[in-house]
Amino acid sequence: MAINFKPDELKSIRAHGARDYPSECCGILLGHADGECKEVFEVVPLRNLRHDPTRAQELLPVHDPSRESEKNRFLIDPEDQLRVEKDSRQRGLDVLGYYHSHPDHPARPSNYDREHAWPWYSYVILSVEQGEPKDVTSWVLSLDRLRFEAEDLKLL
Amino acid sequence: MAVKVVIPTPLRQFAGKKDSVDIDARTVGEALAGLTLQFGDLRKHLFNEEGKLRSFVNVYVNDEDIRFLQKDQTPVKESDVISIVPSIAGGLMICCICS
Repeated sequence: MAINFKPDELKSIRAHGARDYPSECCGILLGHADGECKEVFEVVPLRNLRHDPTRAQELLPVHDPSRESEKNRFLIDPEDQLRVEKDSRQRGLDVLGYYHSHPDHPARPSNYDREHAWPWYSYVILSVEQGEPKDVTSWVLSLDRLRFEAEDLKLL
Repeated sequence: MAVKVVIPTPLRQFAGKKDSVDIDARTVGEALAGLTLQFGDLRKHLFNEEGKLRSFVNVYVNDEDIRFLQKDQTPVKESDVISIVPSIAGGLMICCICS
């Protein structure tokens, strides 16, 4: 499995992570897939809905609002997704997956990431340490939902 | 009466690679039940072990979230389009919180 990025798109993810630190940032990956290889042509940064706890709790409640916030959780508004998906379909692009950042935390998926993941999508994670973007990794959920499998991430 | 159910990309591999399926149904609940009856592998991605829609699965009838309509009892008609929209969520591991 592999996911390839145009250099500017990966830079865009890193800049978004730095800009939103210490909150988690998030966004959509658009491009084309051919078998197990995905090519990302465009990255669309989106709002982390955890900045709006009232609306976020309506859509996907967290267990402990006193400890879970935009600093350690992200949620994309389904209406933003629908809008981007419709627009990308009209432009002949597919949604290949999503990216988010882990502030002061490794670029490895958590159990929470896994429990909320969907098969086939690439989940790109950026580690941001003290405001500086560091490692970027990509993962795909296994079909039995029990684990993430690491994906080769390359520059086009 | 057949209503169109749009299948999101990550679930198409479990629905015969189709991007939409027509299902005979009068409500959203009937449509999703019919869909998972036809494509059994979809079930674990849409419903939990108790048979309830997973919390990170959003269902829209046209452009309206069924949470704010009549949930799975939301009636549908032939021209309606049901969209399954994944809630995309995640976050880093927090010690001492489940998950």
